[in-house]
Amino acid sequence: MTPLVLVILVPLVAALLVSRTGAWPNLREAISLVAGGILFFLVLSLLPSVLSGERPSVWIAEPIPGLPIALRAEPLGTLFGLTASFLWVVTTVYSIGYLRGHGTSHQSRFYAFFAIAIASTMGVAFAQNLFTLFLFYELLTISTYPLVTHAGTTEARQGGRTYLGILLGTSMGFLLVAVVWTWQLAGTGEFRAGGILAGTASPLVIGVLYALFVFGIGKAALMPFHRWLPAAMVAPTPVSALLHAVAVVKAGVFAILKVTIYVFGLDLVRENGASNWLLWIAAGTILIASLVALQQDNLKRRLAYSTISHLSYVVLGALIANAAGIIGGTMHIVTHAFGKITLFFCAGAILVATHKTRISEMGGLGRRMPLTMGAFLIASISIAGLPPMGGVWGKWYLALGSLDAGYSILVGVLMVSTVLNIAYLFPISVRAFFYKETSTSATGVMEAPTPCLVAIGVTTAMCLVLFFFPDPLYRLAVMLVD
Amino acid sequence: MILSQLPALQVTLPLIAAPLCLLVRSGRAAWGIALFASAASFAVAVLLLSRVLDQGTLSYEFGGWAAPWGIEYRVDIVNVFVLFVVTAITTVVLFFANDSVRKEVDASRQSLFYTVWLLCLTGLVGLVMTGDAFNLFVFLEISSLSSYVLIAFGKDRRALTASYQYLVMGTIGATFVLIGVGLLYMMTGTLNMADLADRLPAVMATRTVRAALAFLVVGISLKLALFPLHLWLPNAYAFAPSAVTAFLAATATKVAFYVLLRFLFTVFGVTFAFEAMPLGIILAVLGAAAILSTSAVAIFQDDIKRMLAYSSVAQIGYMVLGLSMASVAGLTASILHLFNHALMKGGLFLALGCMAYRLGSVRLGALAGAGYRMPWTMGAFLVGGLSLIGIPLTAGFLSKWYLVQAALGQGWWPVLVVVIVGSLLAVVYVWRVVEMAYLRRPNDSDASAVREAPLSLLLPTWFLIGANLYFGIHTRLSVGIAGKAAAVLMGQSQ
Repeated sequence: MTPLVLVILVPLVAALLVSRTGAWPNLREAISLVAGGILFFLVLSLLPSVLSGERPSVWIAEPIPGLPIALRAEPLGTLFGLTASFLWVVTTVYSIGYLRGHGTSHQSRFYAFFAIAIASTMGVAFAQNLFTLFLFYELLTISTYPLVTHAGTTEARQGGRTYLGILLGTSMGFLLVAVVWTWQLAGTGEFRAGGILAGTASPLVIGVLYALFVFGIGKAALMPFHRWLPAAMVAPTPVSALLHAVAVVKAGVFAILKVTIYVFGLDLVRENGASNWLLWIAAGTILIASLVALQQDNLKRRLAYSTISHLSYVVLGALIANAAGIIGGTMHIVTHAFGKITLFFCAGAILVATHKTRISEMGGLGRRMPLTMGAFLIASISIAGLPPMGGVWGKWYLALGSLDAGYSILVGVLMVSTVLNIAYLFPISVRAFFYKETSTSATGVMEAPTPCLVAIGVTTAMCLVLFFFPDPLYRLAVMLVD
Repeated sequence: MILSQLPALQVTLPLIAAPLCLLVRSGRAAWGIALFASAASFAVAVLLLSRVLDQGTLSYEFGGWAAPWGIEYRVDIVNVFVLFVVTAITTVVLFFANDSVRKEVDASRQSLFYTVWLLCLTGLVGLVMTGDAFNLFVFLEISSLSSYVLIAFGKDRRALTASYQYLVMGTIGATFVLIGVGLLYMMTGTLNMADLADRLPAVMATRTVRAALAFLVVGISLKLALFPLHLWLPNAYAFAPSAVTAFLAATATKVAFYVLLRFLFTVFGVTFAFEAMPLGIILAVLGAAAILSTSAVAIFQDDIKRMLAYSSVAQIGYMVLGLSMASVAGLTASILHLFNHALMKGGLFLALGCMAYRLGSVRLGALAGAGYRMPWTMGAFLVGGLSLIGIPLTAGFLSKWYLVQAALGQGWWPVLVVVIVGSLLAVVYVWRVVEMAYLRRPNDSDASAVREAPLSLLLPTWFLIGANLYFGIHTRLSVGIAGKAAAVLMGQSQ
């Protein structure tokens, strides 16, 4: 069997084993870790052949003639798969510390659905055609619903409703329409280099279709379909970290990139003026979401709005549809993933160690949790896109792409967004390190459990590493536009 | 040659077994007989299916009387597929019935229950097999009368009212069918369907034939529970015993749908029904209205059985919508949905039967926390619900996919919107149950007393639910046959 089938099977088998081994927590978590490790190496083993220009593929089933469920490894998917599978391992380490430290109930269910969500993410990453993509996209929504509502409280139920309502609503209301329509126009749903839609319909139809895709992929959280992401913050922190900063949301922007590159083709998107207005929606989302983030006192909600803003960076890259835009969007998927997951890890660590969720209560926290807050600062720099952190690359290429396309105003948007990033992230660190402690009940260093710290350390280090060694990333991204 | 007698056996097997059930008087033995008869007729249906796939249409003359005078049974790919569904469902549901019925029906009346069940099966199978319009009316009455009785077996006293309501509506429907058949006989002098199809074109332009079409369509629509003639259905389904609901939901309306197909496409023909008469647009509007209105009503039901009953009316809307396109693609979608809906509603109602067995009620409030106390039952409900919504990899997705493709193929864009809104409404009503079962704590104190349903109930339930998944991926059987049947109905050779 090729590794491609295994990337779906390994997490599924892990889910099954995990749900059966609830009585032995150590064994259960060992299974999760081992599965994560295996998965990462499976995806890694695809990398050399993808880099050498091969496109390993596998055909699974064909429920409807002409609509196969099939997988294929191409550069964008491999990059996304690598990021998600690597971070799954790290998040599992983190979860062990978090769930035990926080005394969460139903941990087996948590790990099992987590693994299923990862399997769905892999399916999205390696989908060979629109139908397969849609299939795993929906599975991802459904498998993450129990994670979002994990706490089982009224608030969790409400959040779950918003989550499911918007994600299923957009995907069935717009995305499915777009998939069916594409199939009707092009006679296929396969992802092909250069696109499949060129010359099949009038510019207006192409524009409408593109808008259906961009809004239908609700996981990209483009305004006005962004409300599910703050709602999903009721989930336990590891879920918010991996799924709602990496796997789910990145599956969204990844799908938009993939559709742009392989269904429409860059030339078609660029030359077809009917979708230009979407650029302004994306730019608006970047700015508005940042402004909303400024006003959030709940740390996780602030991070959620920040994510909404950054997702639109990638959407922007796709919409610009030139070489630099695509490279920038692709790199931003990865660099933002590492930065944002670190921030969420820190938020969770703060919650476990001090039970604090509000930023206004976090004065002086830097002295109690120096490692955590240090990592928070480093990740904030990366998110803001400043050197010497990895986040700079995505923004750099996006700005280049905007200039190439003649939209100098978008460069302005990116710069204003940087300022806003600084404005909503840095005060948290400033408050932690320079303000007085609000409560004086305990003293001394009180860090989160060790597994949490290890995970935070790894992702923080990666933010730095990606600044100095963005080359593998760049090589994969460049293959998309050659 | 026993094989040439298969069409007769199909009907006579349950017919002979029915009085046997009454004679044995023990519920358990009657169940055994009913199960045996159902399984045997399923075997006959499978044999017939393979013969039809092999040799094409089979014709059987009852008592050796030649066709226009005697009663002809005509088995082609369309009705053999419906037969297959009906007999398969009744067999699976009877497996389930043993324990479920013992809990819901008095011991003294159980043998009567299975007698009526087999009579109902006889009626349904006969309706599907017959090639004679008057014979069809006879079987319609057999199946209807026995289903009124089956519904009245429900423990709740309101079952009697529900059954009575159905009786009144059903009788009106049957009378309309009889009037329609009478008018046709008046104009053509024949009752044989093939013969009718030959002779009708000569007298097409008369008001009598148009009136016959109207009477038949309205009469059958009453049995089919096509919006707005569906008002008898929610009560009937809600108060009938669990096994009966599953049986009727998965078979009775399907058979009525088949009868509608048969009359419109074989007897009257596409040209008359859809070009000379504006039936296409009427049915399309009614189908769409059924999907939207009853899905919305389903959201507000507190009784889950009732909720699924409303959902059934919506699903009938999907089938009628496909039919109204009068194209091979549309009919394929309809017939495929006939099959898939039997699987999903059968499975869902069986899952509800499991809940009723353990919890004693299927009101929404009673299901609080059921996801942890009855994981397999709720799991089955969840999968069935996903299929109802039309999530990919389930059978329900395929139905909707084919329906949407058919609609787009002839430029019917609004259908796409209707299907999507209908699916979203389905998300809401399915999710109310899921939320209640998984995200609420049980509200009573003796929660630990509730256990998972027994295996005898779970196995049939999961068999149908599993079929939803199987036919969501392997479509050669379902889509293949549906496509062939559609081609036959549209008058294209296979």
